[in-house]
Amino acid sequence: MALLEVKDLKVYFPIRGGIMGRIVGHVKAVDGISFSVNEGQTVGLVGESGSGKSTTGKAILGLVPLAGGSIYFNGEDITRYIGKNRSAYRKSVQMIFQDVHSSLNAKKRVLDIIAEPIRNFEKLTKEEERKRVDELLSIVGMSPENALKYPHEFSGGQRQRIGVARAIALKPKLIVADEPVSALDLSIQAQVLNYMKDVQEELGLSYLFISHDLGVVKHMCETLIIMHSSRFVEVGSREDIYQNPCHIYTRRLIASIPSTNPDLKEANEAHRNAINEEYKNQYNKYYAEGGSVYDLRLLNENNNTHFVAMP
Amino acid sequence: MDDILLSINNLRTSFRIDGQYYAAVDGVSIDIMHNEVFAIVGESGCGKSALSLSITKLHNMNYTRIEGEVNFNGQNLLDLNESKLNKVRGKDISVIFQDPLTALNPVIRVGPQIEESLTYHTNMNKKEKRDRAIKLLSEVGMVNPELTYASFPHELSGGMRQRATIAVSLACSPKLIIADEPTTALDVTIQAQILDLLRKLQKETQSSIILITHDLGVVAEMADRVAVMYAGQIVELASANDLFKNPQHPYTRSLLASIPNVGEDLHRLNAIKGIVPTLMYMPREGCRFSHRTPWIDGSMHEENPDYHEVRPNHFVFCTCYKDFYFENEGGA
Repeated sequence: MALLEVKDLKVYFPIRGGIMGRIVGHVKAVDGISFSVNEGQTVGLVGESGSGKSTTGKAILGLVPLAGGSIYFNGEDITRYIGKNRSAYRKSVQMIFQDVHSSLNAKKRVLDIIAEPIRNFEKLTKEEERKRVDELLSIVGMSPENALKYPHEFSGGQRQRIGVARAIALKPKLIVADEPVSALDLSIQAQVLNYMKDVQEELGLSYLFISHDLGVVKHMCETLIIMHSSRFVEVGSREDIYQNPCHIYTRRLIASIPSTNPDLKEANEAHRNAINEEYKNQYNKYYAEGGSVYDLRLLNENNNTHFVAMP
Repeated sequence: MDDILLSINNLRTSFRIDGQYYAAVDGVSIDIMHNEVFAIVGESGCGKSALSLSITKLHNMNYTRIEGEVNFNGQNLLDLNESKLNKVRGKDISVIFQDPLTALNPVIRVGPQIEESLTYHTNMNKKEKRDRAIKLLSEVGMVNPELTYASFPHELSGGMRQRATIAVSLACSPKLIIADEPTTALDVTIQAQILDLLRKLQKETQSSIILITHDLGVVAEMADRVAVMYAGQIVELASANDLFKNPQHPYTRSLLASIPNVGEDLHRLNAIKGIVPTLMYMPREGCRFSHRTPWIDGSMHEENPDYHEVRPNHFVFCTCYKDFYFENEGGA
């Protein structure tokens, strides 16, 4: 059984207009998506800005109201839960945010930031709490004396590691990581990604890894979901997506990654132009009328991991 | 040599912090040739943007000190006063900034923003300017240039805005374009389009581009020559081919090893120990990268590091490149 199962999830944001501020329409940020995350698995959610990937993450945590669909966690539909039952779910699902400058309270010490989720759910004495925080800090490679410092005393990479420590404080099952490294420098990004992998092995975590960086996602995830205009265009294993991308959008995305091999410069550009040409000419083959994305279907019988949104 | 377009000589840019000056760019010398794309790579805080803004003195001079020489067209730009500099800015040397939303004026339509530098630098009449602006907009790939001419920046998407800022910077056909992280704020598909566009325009106009970026992929796609910067100094200077095939300096090699590459599989990425030192605490003596490679024997660094030409036109700073190995590899 999957740890998290999302069925036909929809999130609509109202557009208000007119004198009375009535609802005149909806922005369909997420429009009918289904996927699942298994225990210990990392699922990557890739798409460009505005594709709805962050909204998907927020919807799973219950930070935005759903317009439809259901979310099963350990087989139970948590969208029906309110009050106490809901808080048990909140404990097992945590989030790592993108912006390390705004996601840590500048007026709190690191100790209080990391201990906040613990204080909400567990009754620990001061000493026990301090011990837990020190343990958590050491998991992300920081020394215990850092606990009494304030966020501004740290660099971006260290701050993101504090964010990771806070997210794992309650030993969650699933962490939604929303662009955790896109604001960080290359060498620091590598540090944070390595710690995220270590933590996963240690605690048996699952990640929903939201990113626009195909290189990072390939490094981190076994299963990939490509999202475009509020829908999934392609779902598959790492090999499916990178060796055999089928939807024109995925192929465009992969073709636009700059390569670090200068020899491939011309070949890449030619490939990219060919794909853009195809995108223009064969748009109707991949998108329904009005540019909407088709439902996913299994690509071929022999491979049960690879789904593409094609008619 | 007469094919040098711009020659930067021992440039030192210092900022005042609490009454003291700290050098963010510390003795950089480079020559930019005609008709080339020169990339400067480095992490945040390495001084790459400070360097690019120093070329046309765009820093706030109240708390910035710029020493050295920037020779362009037979004059030292750093000696010029504001009004003389303004004759160069936008005309011979123009800048493309990272964030197109803050680079464009939100209350002025796109067209007039392109015309601004034409008004300042040329004697064109109204109609000529308008024609030029529309021609530029179509050159940067706008589908409907007349419509874009009359649009406000907020009506355009991120990629379109960046195209508009490129049109602004191209208005007077500059000889040198300084592109400061031109694609960092954009999605990958849009980034590819903008890079293709810059490359095409560069070939057509035969101008030179100084490309400032932290993305090594972008460098490999665009650049003819590359300078890698660390802590205010250039640590390696080579042609793009040489640099990616045969990186020498420990910093360059560590950076290349920390890219999660689409092409290959690695279980762990190489993370560089420690952090880039902040301006006030930057070590000023010896090899500045040495404290991030503590496993390397100190005697391998030079006391007063200098450039070594390892191959023709491939320069490396400090001698520590000779016996460098990664920590987890073990070594001699």
